[in-house]
This record gives sequence, C-alpha cells and structure tokens, in this order.
Amino acid sequence: MALPVAFFGVFFAYPVAAIVARGLKADGAWQLGRLWDVVAQPDIRHVLWFTTWQALASTGLTLLIALPGAYVFARFDFPGKQPLRAVVTVPFVLPTVVVGTAFLALVGRGGLLDEWWGVRLDTTVWAILLAHVFFNYAVVVRTVGGLWAQLDPRQEEAARMLGASSLKAWRKVTLPALAPAVAAAALMVFLFTFTSFGVVQILGGPTFSTLEVEIYRQTSEIFDLATAAVLTIVQFVAVGTILAVHAWTVRRRETALRLVDASVTARRPRGAGQWALLAGVLATVVVLVLLPLAVLVQRSLDGPGFGYYRALTSSDGGTFLVPPIDAIGNSLEYAVAATAIAVLIGGLAAAALTRRDAGRLVRGFDALLMLPLGVSAVTVGFGFLIALDEPPLDLRSSWILVPLAQALVGVPFVVRTMLPVLRAVDVRLREAAAVLGASPWRVWREVDLPMVRRALLVAAGFAFAVSLGEFGATVFIARPDNPTLPVAVARLLGRAGELNYGQAMALSTILMVVCAVALLVLDRLRVADRTGEF
Amino acid sequence: MSTTKKLAAVAVGLGLVTLSACGSSSESGSGGSESKTVTLVSHDSWVASKSVIAAFEKESGYKVRVLKSGDAGQAVNKAILTKDNPQGDVFFGVDNTLLSRALDNDLFQSYEAKGLEQVDEQYQLDEDKHRVTPIDYGDICVNYDKKYFADHKLTPPASFDDLVEPEYKNLLVTENAATSSPGLGFLLGTAAKYGDDGWQDYWKKLKANGVKVVDGWEQAYNEEFSGSAGGKKAKADRPLVVSYASSPPAEVIYGDPKPTTAPTGVATATCFRQVEFAGLLSNAKNSKGGKALIDFLITKRFQEDMPLNMFVYPVVKGAAVPAEFTQYGPPAEDPETMDPSKIAADRDQWVKSWTSLVLK
Repeated sequence: MALPVAFFGVFFAYPVAAIVARGLKADGAWQLGRLWDVVAQPDIRHVLWFTTWQALASTGLTLLIALPGAYVFARFDFPGKQPLRAVVTVPFVLPTVVVGTAFLALVGRGGLLDEWWGVRLDTTVWAILLAHVFFNYAVVVRTVGGLWAQLDPRQEEAARMLGASSLKAWRKVTLPALAPAVAAAALMVFLFTFTSFGVVQILGGPTFSTLEVEIYRQTSEIFDLATAAVLTIVQFVAVGTILAVHAWTVRRRETALRLVDASVTARRPRGAGQWALLAGVLATVVVLVLLPLAVLVQRSLDGPGFGYYRALTSSDGGTFLVPPIDAIGNSLEYAVAATAIAVLIGGLAAAALTRRDAGRLVRGFDALLMLPLGVSAVTVGFGFLIALDEPPLDLRSSWILVPLAQALVGVPFVVRTMLPVLRAVDVRLREAAAVLGASPWRVWREVDLPMVRRALLVAAGFAFAVSLGEFGATVFIARPDNPTLPVAVARLLGRAGELNYGQAMALSTILMVVCAVALLVLDRLRVADRTGEF
Repeated sequence: MSTTKKLAAVAVGLGLVTLSACGSSSESGSGGSESKTVTLVSHDSWVASKSVIAAFEKESGYKVRVLKSGDAGQAVNKAILTKDNPQGDVFFGVDNTLLSRALDNDLFQSYEAKGLEQVDEQYQLDEDKHRVTPIDYGDICVNYDKKYFADHKLTPPASFDDLVEPEYKNLLVTENAATSSPGLGFLLGTAAKYGDDGWQDYWKKLKANGVKVVDGWEQAYNEEFSGSAGGKKAKADRPLVVSYASSPPAEVIYGDPKPTTAPTGVATATCFRQVEFAGLLSNAKNSKGGKALIDFLITKRFQEDMPLNMFVYPVVKGAAVPAEFTQYGPPAEDPETMDPSKIAADRDQWVKSWTSLVLK
C-alpha cells in the first residue's frame, strides 16, 4: 500500500497541488476569494452548464446505441466477433487528435452523411455527441456485455417456465442483475465525456467548451493560472463526486450473481427478430466505428503507391530530428516502461484493496486511484514541470517522465481489471497455505499468481494500449528527439504540405493497427471466471 | 456525506505524505559551472539541419541539446513557470505578440549578441536592453486557393477591405484569436489597420460576410481550406484562410509529386508581421554556452538554413533566401505591425471584445 500511495502522492497529488497553489497564490497570500469570482462569471457558468448537459446527453445516447451492442456481443455467436470486439475498442485508446479529424470526415462537409443526404453536423453539438458515442461504445460493450455474457440464461428461462412473459422475465431477472453494471458503465461514460478534451476542441470549434478545454485554454493560451486553478478545483470536486458514486455502485454490484462461462451463453441468433437485431448492431458498428477508422486508412493511402509510408522512413522531411518511423520504436519503449510501472503500482494497490482488514479509508483509495482519469492533462503536465524540478526529484528532462505520466492513466485500468479477480480468490486458500508454513511471498506465488496471471496480462495489455495512445501529458514532456506516435502525428498535422498531412495519416493508421493488435491479443487472454470493467 | 469526508481525508493525507517526502532535501548540488552542453528550449516548430548544428558544435566545443515544449504560447508559458530553475540556457521562439509577457516576467537577462549590427534595425524591438535578439520573421496573411478563383472567374482578394466585399461572402475561415497565434495575428493586423475604434466595425462586417472561425490552424488549414493538400482530401469549401506567407512554398516543397507552381497564393495587403526572438534565460546554468548559441543563431550559416526548415525569413541583412521562397512566397511589402507594448496593453481586452463580437 505504501508504494501506490507514495507514487500517487509524488507523481499526481503533489504536482497538481503545486500548480493549483501557484495559481491561487499571489504575492505569497492565498486568494481564495478568486474561487467565487471565477465561478460567478457568466462565461464560466456557461461552460459549466454545457459541460454537464453534453455529458448527460452523451451518456444517454451512448447507452441507447451501445446497449443493444452489448447484448449482441454477449449473447450471439457470429463470425468475426472477436476481431470486431477488438476494433470497437480501438477508438477508446486512440488519441482524439487523430480520430476527431477522421470523424469530421464522416459527419462534416463532404462526409458520407453530406454526400448521401446533404446532412452536415460539423458545427453542431450532434457531432460532439456522436463522437462521444464512437469513443465510449466499447466502455458499455465491455462493462455491461462482459457481465451479460456470464449471466446464467437459465434463470430467465426458469422465470419464463413459471409463466412470466419474456418482458417480465427480463425485467425481473436480468435487469436487476445487470443494473449495477449499466450504472457503472454510465458513470464511466459520464466521467469521460464530462472531462472530454480532444473531441470538443476539434469538433466543437470555438463556440463549445468543456471545463477541461477551458482549463487548457486558461493555462496554455491565456496564461490565467488563477482561473485555471479554480476550474481545476471545480472539476476535481465534480469528478470526485462521480467517482464516489461509481465506487458505491461497484460495491453494490459485488453481490453474488450466478455466473457461468461466457462461452456457453453465446449462441447463433435464431429467428428474424434476432437476426435483425444483429444486423442493426453490425450496421451501427460499421457506420459509427469502422467508417471513421476507414477514412484514416483511405487518406493514408491516397498518395502515389505507399508513398506516405515510405516517406516515414526518411529524415529529410525536416519536421523531426529523426525519421518519423522511429516514433513507433519510441512509443513501444515508453509504453513498455509505462506498463511495467502501471502493473507494479496497480497490482500492489489492487492487492492492498482486497485485503480483508482493509479499512474504509483504504477502500476510499480505490476511487481515488481513478482521479487521474478526470484531471486535465495540462494541469498534470504543468504540475510536473514546477514540482519535479529539484533533486532528488529533478525529472524534468529525464525520459522516465513520459512513462510515469502514462502510467498514471494506466493504473486505474490495472486496478479495475485486477480487483474483481483478486476478490474472487478464496481467502481460505491463502490462510491454509500460511498455516502450512508458507511465507507471504510464497503464498502469493503459489496461490494468487496462478489465479491472477491472466488478469494481470489483460491489465498489462490495457495499460499498454492506453499508454500508446496517451497524448495530453506526453506532448508536454516528450523530448524532441524521441516523439511518441501521437506526438509525431500532431506535429505533422501542424505543418502545411501534402507530404506532412499524408505522413500524419499513415502514422495514425500504424498506431491504430498496433492498438488493434494489442487489443486482439488481449481478448484471446480474457479471464474466464470474472471479467474486469473495461 | 461521509464518503466525501473520507475522500477529503485521504487527499489531505496524501498531500502531507508528499510534502514531508519532498520538502526534506531540496538543496541541490548542481554547481557544475563549465558545462559542455548548452540547452535550447523552443516550441515544436523548431527545426535546424543536422549539419549546421554539427558545425556549431565543432567550432564552439559545446554540445547542443534541444527541448521542444508545445506550441509557441505554451512554450513561453512553460518557460515563465520554470524561470527560477529553467530547463535550459537559451529560449528561442517568443514572438512580438507575446514578447511583453516574457519581458514583464523577467524571463531573460541582457546580452548583446555578436553580429547584432548585421540584423535589420526594424526587428530590434528591445534595442535598449538587449534582453532578446531577433532571429526570424514571418507574415500572417490570408491565403487563397488559386483553382477556386480561376474556376469561378473571380479575382482573389488582396486587402482587408476586399474581404468584406459581397463577392467573397462565406469564403474565409480564420482561427480563434483567443487560442491561436495566427488567429491573434490576424486580429492584430485588423486592429493595426483600422485602429482602436475601427476594428470592431470591420469585424462586424466580416461576420456579416460569413467569416467562419475554428479553433486552431490545423483545422482551418487542413480541414476547411480548399487549397491545401489536407483540405482537398477533406473536400473543404473555404477558398480563403488565415495562414502564413510561407504556406504556398510549403505546399510546393512538400507536394507529392511536387507541383510546378504553388496551388495557393497570398493576399498581400492582409499581412501582419511576426518577429521571433531568442534570449538568454535569467537563471541559465551555462550562460557562456548560451551566449555562444545566440551569436550562432544570427550567423549567416544558421539564418540561411532556417527558411526551408521553419518556413520563416532571415533577419540578417544579405542572408540568401531559397528560390522557392522568392518564387512562391515573398514577404509582404508593407505588412501591418504593432509595438509589443501596445499589444501587451490591449491584447486581453481586444481578445475579449473580439470573442463576444464574433463568437457569441
């Protein structure tokens, strides 16, 4: 427990506190009066209002569109199911800079909707909402679908036998079992859309702004650290509240459910209704997820031959000190380091959280571990700069900073994946081993490890994919001679000229493929007994 | 609720743990006086040829390390935040729109660079104190899509006045002045042209004439502007964009295959001049190396290497400019300019008024 606490203290709480303090302190005195001044501004209130309602609307829309998907992926067997499951998760780990651009190609001017029906959504809030569905589809499919796949269908069948209509059986049996998972997924989607940055910045234009975007603008462009600090606190409180509610629903979910192996519940669809449902879901996935991704691929191939891909290997483009292709190697190295850190810290935290004597304080830490997902990357980045600048913690120009920042985002995923599995390990096994004289290390190795090994691999895979795609904090601290893939893409997009644009699309495609492969491997390793939340 | 209390308790606990962990040993032992490495902090657009840097390293004996830190605004802000314990010795890339922010925060120390007399007078905006040295300049101008205007048999606009004419309705896309440096440059250009009282009227007309505002240059140029490579793929429909005078040469140089002539042109009387400076950071650890590096930045060798790398023009008299530049993107003859102290005094207010005028 000490290590995760120290890790989060030093690399999260301390830097964030430092930058917030810098903003709220003028001439050595605290300016807490600023809090109210800022919140009272009509502009800021407008931002708060927009942030909240768009998150609510996005969450509702995501549930509406993704729940049928969750059902189909959980209960139906169809060819190509596994790769498709991996692909729908790709948007979730891709940098928004890239996908926002692709999404625009779908709903924007000249996009497919435009060509077919003359409908353009690029300046409307619909573009933001749909993009949020696109990004978070997988959250619902994995969280809800994961549980749905393991609910014993015989319970519902039993209810039907006893005379309940199919609707009633579903409402009385399946829905209550599913409800906590739906609530948890909804809260996660709400959290991600409440703190949405890239999507809103790219699709929202200058008229729509979330808290997160506003924090970025105030910090990075206007340099009004005081306002940024206040907004950070506001967001912190909001996110803290969401997480507290989330933790509560999760705990409620851990009521005993009769779970069975996912492989026995799925079967081929029967009857016209089920086939129609499957077709509908597949069509949604194609339009909503595959098309934007396909646009990226298409644009990357739009040059002569594989020209853009070949150009990636030469350094005379001038944008980098190294050929852009090197970014792949850098990204992989950073992601491996970040994964190692995330698995170590997350694993230890999860282990501590499952201990029986864990007090309420420790269980509160569970929710706290999720906070980095809800704190603006620019705040963390600036915090790193001013907080970690002195020995023994002078890390500002060290390469380790990038994996550290990425690990912050990876840890919550590791904890989420490991917790349910660790909690399922029968305590009596551990006790028996201890009684028979095994050292704590040996107990862990002989009892826990064999059971959690696959969960550990899944967690590592997710941390890896998330690290690969992390952009916000990385762009702040990545060194110029080793840009990561998302950073390289952003830099290429920042210059005029066909070759630069084409290379950006080619690199994005590579990133997408790497993520998809990582996720596909991960799906092969899926834990058999209980599934994590993502 | 007790949950919130609990969270607060943990947060406080975390804070205490870390404060005690980090507060203990903060004295540093980094007194390495004569370092052989000189560190340049810059924005993401910094690029220099390897051979040119290698030549400097060989002649001076210093090894150059470059830290790029985000776009221009971010880089300046970061440098200010870390000025007590800077990340490097020299900062390159503060422009005239942000110069006052840097100077007011005492980011730089005085140093009169060797060879400064070769730098054109008009760019020396801190002549008395020499806290910054001009390195390059560029012009923010409206670019136009040649094909669109040829297809529509329409003369491309040339001036600010033209842009509000009915034949150019719904054609221009620009960037948010609050968040984008070309967007701000364009606003300052109109303020310089029409004065403190007139610019708001001008923007009202521009708005009535259908100007579109997006957040950043990437979107404006790659997604909305029909003349750029990205815009063509995105089927963009705005043939006018606020970009740089050096964007047309970039379209040629990075064309694939290279076109024989630039697909875009510049509306020459819509330009605002941006000058970029470098300075020796106040608490630079290797100030000797930093000085040598600044001297180097205004040598002809470096100045002539710049245009094709960073798409800017040299400030040193007599420095050669590549043929693509003279051919496709010569600098504006009579660009709008503004004194950095005037920019500093009015920028925030202007951006605020602009925001409520144009975006609301």
